[in-house]
Amino acid sequence: MKFVDEFREPELIAKTAHEIRRLADPQRHYRMMEVCGGHTHAIYRFGLKDLLPPNIELIHGPGCPVCVLPMGRIDDGLSMTAQPDVIFTAFGDMMRVPGTRGSPLEYKARGADVRIVYSPADALKLAQTNPDKHVMFFAIGFETTAPSTALTLMRARSQGIRNFSVFCNHVTIIPAIRAILDSPDMRLDAFIGPGHVSTVIGCRPYEWIARHERKPIVVSGFEPLDMLESVLMLLRQLKEGRAEVENQYKRVVPWEGNRAALKAMAEVFQLRPYFEWRGMGFISQSALRIRDSYAEFDAEQRFSVPGIRVTDPKAAQCGEVLKGVLKPAQCKLFGNECTPERPVGALMVSSEGSCAAYYNYEHRKAALVTEVAAAL
Amino acid sequence: MQASPKIRFRDAQIEMAHGAGGKASRRLIEGLFAPLLFEPSAGPLGDAAHVQVNGTRIAITTDSFVVKPLRFPGGSIGELAVNGTVNDLAVSGARAETLVVTYVLEAGLPTDILEYEVRAMAAAARRAGVVIAGGDTKVVEHGKADRMYISSCGIGRLIEGVQISAQSVRPGDRILLSGPIGDHGITILLARGELDLEAEICSDTRSVLPLVETLAAAAPGGIRWMRDPTRGGVATSLNELARDCGLGICLSEDQIPIHDTVRGACELLGLEPLHIANEGQFLAVVAADAAYAALAALQAAPGGQAAAMIGEVREQPACTVLVSTLYGGTRVIDMLVGDPLPRIC
Amino acid sequence: MELLAERENLALVEVAGVRRKIDVGLLEEDPARAGDWVLIHVGFAMSKISEADATDQMRILRMLGEDEAAMQEIEGYGMGETAARPAS
Repeated sequence: MKFVDEFREPELIAKTAHEIRRLADPQRHYRMMEVCGGHTHAIYRFGLKDLLPPNIELIHGPGCPVCVLPMGRIDDGLSMTAQPDVIFTAFGDMMRVPGTRGSPLEYKARGADVRIVYSPADALKLAQTNPDKHVMFFAIGFETTAPSTALTLMRARSQGIRNFSVFCNHVTIIPAIRAILDSPDMRLDAFIGPGHVSTVIGCRPYEWIARHERKPIVVSGFEPLDMLESVLMLLRQLKEGRAEVENQYKRVVPWEGNRAALKAMAEVFQLRPYFEWRGMGFISQSALRIRDSYAEFDAEQRFSVPGIRVTDPKAAQCGEVLKGVLKPAQCKLFGNECTPERPVGALMVSSEGSCAAYYNYEHRKAALVTEVAAAL
Repeated sequence: MQASPKIRFRDAQIEMAHGAGGKASRRLIEGLFAPLLFEPSAGPLGDAAHVQVNGTRIAITTDSFVVKPLRFPGGSIGELAVNGTVNDLAVSGARAETLVVTYVLEAGLPTDILEYEVRAMAAAARRAGVVIAGGDTKVVEHGKADRMYISSCGIGRLIEGVQISAQSVRPGDRILLSGPIGDHGITILLARGELDLEAEICSDTRSVLPLVETLAAAAPGGIRWMRDPTRGGVATSLNELARDCGLGICLSEDQIPIHDTVRGACELLGLEPLHIANEGQFLAVVAADAAYAALAALQAAPGGQAAAMIGEVREQPACTVLVSTLYGGTRVIDMLVGDPLPRIC
Repeated sequence: MELLAERENLALVEVAGVRRKIDVGLLEEDPARAGDWVLIHVGFAMSKISEADATDQMRILRMLGEDEAAMQEIEGYGMGETAARPAS
C-alpha cells in the first residue's frame, strides 16, 4: 500500500533505531510525551518501545478524546435515547464507554436505537433516510474531527434537514498541552506533536511551547518510521540545546494548517468558556459548542439534558494516567476491577486509551522484552 | 448426591458481545452452559464432541447461522450452514457424513428466497460429500427471525491417525494456516451496505475437509490441535489454545496471508484482521519435524496454495499470543473483546 | 488513497482495491485532482499527500549514518544495505 509500506521498511527502521541509540546520551533519561491518541495506538501496535533504548521514556498524554470525556457527558448523551424515535449515533470507540447506567451498547441491548457510524456524514444520511426519526450524532474528537462535524452541519442546513442534531463534545488540544505543562507533577523534556490535528491547525499554535516553555516539539506522522524519525529529531534538538517546532509529517501537514477546515469550524462552532476534562478538572476555552446561528442542530438545546457532574469512582485514577503522572499499571484498579471487558473508565475501552494499549501490550510481555533488547 | 454446579456467569443480561465469539462468548459458555449441561469429566470445549456409540467413536457437532445479508459475494446462508458444520467436524479430526438441519423462518419471507437457500444448501452438501438426512422447520412472526435462521447438526467418523488435544501441544510445534484471513467478515461488513465502501472481496466459505485430510496424510500422528477461526478470528482461536495448553504462541506478522483488499479495508476502518471471521480456513498446530512437509503438501493441494506457516509455540510468555513485526517490534494480541471497533482520533 | 472521479463534494478514493466515497469539502481551497493522494479521516479528506515530501523524507533517512564510522557500526550488526529478512 502506497504511503504505508515505505514507512514500514525494516531496513530503514533498523537504521533509524540504530541512530537513535547512537545519539542518546547514556547518562541522561529522556521523557517525551505524545499527546495524540493515534500515536499512543501506533506505539503499541508497532511495538515501537522495543526499538528504543531504555533511557528514552515515552509518556502518554491526554490525546484520546473519548478518554477525557467525563462520565456525566456520556450520561447526558444517552439520556436523549429516552425520547421516542431517537437514533443515537456515534463512532465505534464510544460504544462500550461506561456511563452511570451502562454504555451505549448496553442501552442498545435494552431497546434503544443505537448505531455505529464511521463518519458524521453517515449520521446525516441516516437522517435523510429516516424522516420520521430524529438522528442525534454524539460528536467527539479534537480539531481533527471537528471540521468534519462542522461541514456536515453546513450540509444539513443547505439541504434543509430538520431531523438531525449534534451533541458537541469536541475539545481542543492546546489547552490540554498547557494544562500538562502547568501541572506540578510533570517533568517532560519534549513533545511528539499530534499529526492529524496539525493538518487542521498547522504548526504555529505550538510555537509557545518552544519559545516560552523551551521544550522541543516535533509534529509526527503515524507510521513506525515517522515516529522513530520524530524521536530522532527531538533527540537532536535536545543534544544541541535547541527548542523549536519541527514538522516531521511534512508530506501531509501544511505549516499554515487547512484554512477551509478552520473556516468551517469558525462558521459552526465557538469556544465554550470552560469545559470539564476527566481527571483534569475544568479547563477554560478548551472545548467547542455549536453557535446560536446553528442552534436548531444543537442537541443540548433540543433535548434537556440532566447535566449532572459525575465523578469517577474514587479508586479509579483515570486523571493521573491521562496526565501521564501514573503509568496504567500503577492505577489500583488496573487489571482487576478494570479490564477491557469490564472497563471502569474510558481509557480501558478506547483503542487509543493508554490503559487498553498497556493491558494488551506491557502487561504480559516482561519476559520477551529482555530477549528483544538483547538481540538489538 | 452430586453438589449443585456453580454458575460463574454474572452478567445481568445477554448482549451482542456474548455471541461475537470472543471473551464474552467464552464467559457465557464456560460460566453458564458448561457447569449446567456438560459432564465435568469432559475435557476442554472443542469444535465437536467425540462420543462412543456401540463401540464406535463418532463425532457430533451443531452450529447455527445468523447472517445479514442472507446472500453475499461468494456464498449465502444455506452454504454456510453446511460448510460451517462440516468444518467443525473436520477440525476435530472427523469426516462429516450426515447432517440434519433446522430452518426458523420469518413470516413474510418470499418463497423464492427460501428456495434459493435450500438449493444452495443442497449444492454445498453435494460438494462437501455429505447427506442431509432430515430437518425441522418453524415459522415465527414477522420481525422475529431476521428473515431466516438455520442451524445444522452433523455427525461423522474419526479420521485415522488424528487425535486432537490442546494438552498434546509442545514448545517448538509450528502453527499452520490454510489461507488468507478476513475475507468472510469483511465481505459481510461491506455487503450490509451501511458503509459506502466497495471492493472485490468475497467470502471464503468452503469445506476444509479435503485439506484437513491432506494434512492428516502428510503428517500422520503429527497434528496436535486444529480449529476453524470463525467469529473472533485467528486471534481468538489461538488465545483459546494458549489458555488451554498454558504455553505461548508467537506469530510472524509478515507470514500471515491476507488479501490486499482485506488489509486495505481493515486499515480504512481501523479493524484488526486477526479478529475478523473466516469461513473457509483452519489452523493446525503440527509437530516441528512434520511441519514443513505438511505445509508443502497443503500448498500442493487444490485450494491450499496460500497456506502458510505463521508461527510457533513457545514456553513463554505463557497463555499469551504475540505477534512480531518484520522490523523487530512485538505486540500482544488478545481475544476479541466485544465487537470490532474502528479507531477515531 | 488515490482520488478517482468526482460528483458534487464527493470523490471516489481507492486504497488497495477498496473504493470509498469521501467528502472533499475541506480541500476547497486547494482542490485535489484525480491521481492525487489524500489523507482521510472519518470519511473526509483532510489534506493532500505530497509525494515529493515523502520521497524527500525517505532519501534523508536512507542517508542516515552514511559517514564511515557509522556504516561500519551498521555492518557490524549485520544490518547492511541488503539485510536479509529475519527468520520467521
